Amino acid sequence: MDFSFLGRYWRYYLVGAKNTLIIAILAVAGGVLIGTLLAVGRISRRAPLRAAATAYVEFIRGTPVLVQLFVIYYGLQKAGLAFPEWPALGRLLGVSVPDFLAGALTLAINSAAYVCEIFRAGIQAVDRGQAEAARSLGLRYGDSLRLVVLPQALRNILPALGNEFVVVIKESSIVSIIGIAELMYKADTIRGMTFRPFEPLIVAAAVYFLMTFPLSKLLGKIERRLRSGAY
Amino acid sequence: MALIETQGLRKAFGRLEVLKGIDSSIEAGETVAIVGPSGSGKSTYLRCLNLLERPSGGSLRFHGGEVFPAVADEDALRRRLGMVFQHFNLFPHLTVSDNLTLAPMKVLGLPREEARDRAMALLARVGLEDKASAFPAQLSGGQKQRIAIVRALAMRPEALLFDEPTSALDPEMVGEVLAVMRDLAEEGMTMVVVTHEMRFARDAATRVLFMDSGLIAEEAAPADFFSEPRTPRAREFLARVLDR
Repeated sequence: MDFSFLGRYWRYYLVGAKNTLIIAILAVAGGVLIGTLLAVGRISRRAPLRAAATAYVEFIRGTPVLVQLFVIYYGLQKAGLAFPEWPALGRLLGVSVPDFLAGALTLAINSAAYVCEIFRAGIQAVDRGQAEAARSLGLRYGDSLRLVVLPQALRNILPALGNEFVVVIKESSIVSIIGIAELMYKADTIRGMTFRPFEPLIVAAAVYFLMTFPLSKLLGKIERRLRSGAY
Repeated sequence: MALIETQGLRKAFGRLEVLKGIDSSIEAGETVAIVGPSGSGKSTYLRCLNLLERPSGGSLRFHGGEVFPAVADEDALRRRLGMVFQHFNLFPHLTVSDNLTLAPMKVLGLPREEARDRAMALLARVGLEDKASAFPAQLSGGQKQRIAIVRALAMRPEALLFDEPTSALDPEMVGEVLAVMRDLAEEGMTMVVVTHEMRFARDAATRVLFMDSGLIAEEAAPADFFSEPRTPRAREFLARVLDR
């Protein structure tokens, strides 16, 4: 194996890793936003809301993210709903902003289904008696959720949410297919330019691992701290 | 006019009929003890009174106004009926003081200072003012239940519902909780108490409802109920629980 190409191309990996992190952060932020709304629907007392949220979660989890990516990427184009160009951001990323945002949106829509389940599980793990006590004091449903149940659910939710971020960092490699210059795309570029099909991938794998491993460790620490606290 | 009144109150969970038509009325100032074998529907009856369970049939009136089946403001009803649970259900992420001020501030709109003063006065009353800044996890079971009682009192409810308030306590802590409840009863607080503490029912209650298989099988003054129960089921039940 020959890694001498790194001398010339190491910057590619840095730029790719940066873009991977940016798209993962956007995706998880969007995922949390949509996922929170979904979770509220999922635990709602209104059957239609519950059904809609459940359908979303089941559909997204039951279809490949690659298909979702194409559907959204070409669907947006077909509908004439392209994201606007944004030159400043484009220069920072070195990619087409509309494509980049379409990729981030896909990952956010996908991640939302998993985030929703993280929230739902976290909320339902809180003892029923907590909501009952809050309601029996006259607190409205929304207040009892916000002031009593959610703060307790956060202990279960935060570690799982961090884990979702790790998952999205890895899954974001799929957007290389629509030409977004993140880590995987950059590795492919190097493969083409050096005529070395194998070694650049090993380096890409190492860079992914360097991003996810410290994050996992950090999450483990946070989780232990959350569990040990007496509130 | 009765404070709380039920007529033909029924509750089914799926095909399981837990309440089969309860006629009852609770007058202001009464301490009503609800006793009976487990599975007789005592807790379900109590939980229907503040609509924590939605009845399947019959009617529920509060101050003569129908709250079920009529669509009523459940939150307004619960604000006026406090509830104390078997497992305390204190909010573990809040200090004792915040447990007591949350609902008065959020629901009644009291300013923080006033809610805090009210909380401190209530804590002093049950001898726990030094626990104001403690978290529930740092308290004993008996302390938790006394806090849960004053948390309900902080809303100045018109009646308190107790769902087996001493059943989850170690035996040596039962007394401190019952003492608080006795005080409340003597002060004229309206109380409905589902309990296995027969001595409390005999000494502190003004009336005993004996429930069996989803119905009120017997209703009597405590002295009469404990000395000469009328129904065979009540005699059987008392023989079992008083024998211990």
